[in-house]
Amino acid sequence: MLYDALIGPFTEFEFMRRALAAVIALSLAGAPIGVFLMLRRMSLVGDAMAHAILPGAAVGFLLSGLNLFAMTAGGLIAGFAVAILAGVVARSTGLKEDASLATFYLASLALGVTIVSIKGTNIDLLHVLFGNILAMDDQTLLVVAFNATVTLLVLAVIYRPLVIESVDPLFLRTVSRAGGPAHLAFLALVVVNLVNGFQALGTLLAVGLMILPAGIARFWSRDLTVMICIAVVAAAISGYAGLVLSFQTRVPSGPAIILVATMLYIVSVLFGRVGGIVRQLFPGRHLEA
Amino acid sequence: MAALHFNNVTLGYDRHPAVHHLNGEVARGALVAVIGPNGAGKSTLLRGIVGILRPLDGSIHLGGLDSRDIAYLPQSAEIDRSFPISVFDFVGTGLWRGTGLFGGIGKAARGKILGAIGAVGLNGFENRPIGTLSGGQMQRVLFARVLLQDASLIVLDEPFNAIDSKTTTDLLALVKHWHGEGRTVLAALHDMEMVRNHFSETLVLARGPVAWGPTAEVLTPENLLVAMRMCEAFDDTAAACAGDDISSRAA
Repeated sequence: MLYDALIGPFTEFEFMRRALAAVIALSLAGAPIGVFLMLRRMSLVGDAMAHAILPGAAVGFLLSGLNLFAMTAGGLIAGFAVAILAGVVARSTGLKEDASLATFYLASLALGVTIVSIKGTNIDLLHVLFGNILAMDDQTLLVVAFNATVTLLVLAVIYRPLVIESVDPLFLRTVSRAGGPAHLAFLALVVVNLVNGFQALGTLLAVGLMILPAGIARFWSRDLTVMICIAVVAAAISGYAGLVLSFQTRVPSGPAIILVATMLYIVSVLFGRVGGIVRQLFPGRHLEA
Repeated sequence: MAALHFNNVTLGYDRHPAVHHLNGEVARGALVAVIGPNGAGKSTLLRGIVGILRPLDGSIHLGGLDSRDIAYLPQSAEIDRSFPISVFDFVGTGLWRGTGLFGGIGKAARGKILGAIGAVGLNGFENRPIGTLSGGQMQRVLFARVLLQDASLIVLDEPFNAIDSKTTTDLLALVKHWHGEGRTVLAALHDMEMVRNHFSETLVLARGPVAWGPTAEVLTPENLLVAMRMCEAFDDTAAACAGDDISSRAA
């Protein structure tokens, strides 16, 4: 009975196995990126970027259909264009960077939706906005796995400067020139993983599998390495449970995954070891020293 | 051979000079205090030395040093104290010159890091996240990192601000230890008593240099009065400085 509910769908259906593989790949790469986004106070920047990549991905979609490779390339171009344009406008006019980013991502979202709906059907639009991890073919799965692998490799290379730049950017500037390139590489990884999450979760929820696990991890550890591990595990659990939920109840897969992650997040906020609400309300007797 | 050579240095922001026409040399192994009122350009000068700020005019020569041979302790470090990093790891970043992007932290390096943490009196704090430290403890951590940087030129920007006397005494001993090892130390300071008692050479800065030399000769009421009278505000309508080198202004 339990076996039928929890494991059966995956032994029985190939699309479920593919979806599970994809969601684990997304968790492995996206969650660590999400932890850094959160620690660098860029959570909402990640969200804005997710919308900003839409027109590029939409153009890729129009040119070659649901081909993740074309959509990735288009998304990368659009993401960097918006990031750079927002930076240029902020720097040359004194408008704060978040304000100009908000403008650009709203414009991008509007443009992207327009492009998709001119050429595609409503189904296409729904697909782009919310994804459909159950429709993943072998080629797409390979691209997702490839992107995840590249992400982990690049993250390993830039890990040290990225950490130091997050804690003490001025210090890194005095000892090394690696800070700028590391930051840019990190932004590129954000875009790559957003596009990667596209197929599974769509443009509106792609950032969810990055940010929510990071938020969950924050409530369980004060150590960066442990935090990243917890985030990956939380993302993978959300993915798995979301797929099962979606299979059993016909809730669309993307929202199901994010809803499970949200449940974990709520539990963490309430019962987390580090700053959880219950822990704060009932801290126990104060210590001796 | 001088550790630092200022050649008609003007440093500033938006063309407004914050340090104006500074000339002079800092000898290798010198222990120099930089004093002056708020807004006198002390921090700006130090930022120019470590290469964060490019001079508007003139040049600063580091006497053959690489910018990596400088350890810089900024006044209000832009440190994100909420970042989950331990004291050990944070101090360990001081070894960057040796480890770079990928170098491992071996047994010898671990020993060095623990030694530096011990030297600033923070034994037992190795695994504490930096977010849990007090202001004074954080300053000790920053000194430990400077210690590990093993730099021949050490630049400290008001290192004893808002630090209690015990911590100040400990950290000042460290500064004198560096001096004893033959390192060049520059420190922006406010405490005249400390400068008089512990620093052999003093630069009084009030945008332009007011006086520079042995502390006993420089730290006179007259010089301090001149420094105090400095006008802090930039003049938005100021004309281009005629004291500039003509050729460099044309460029």
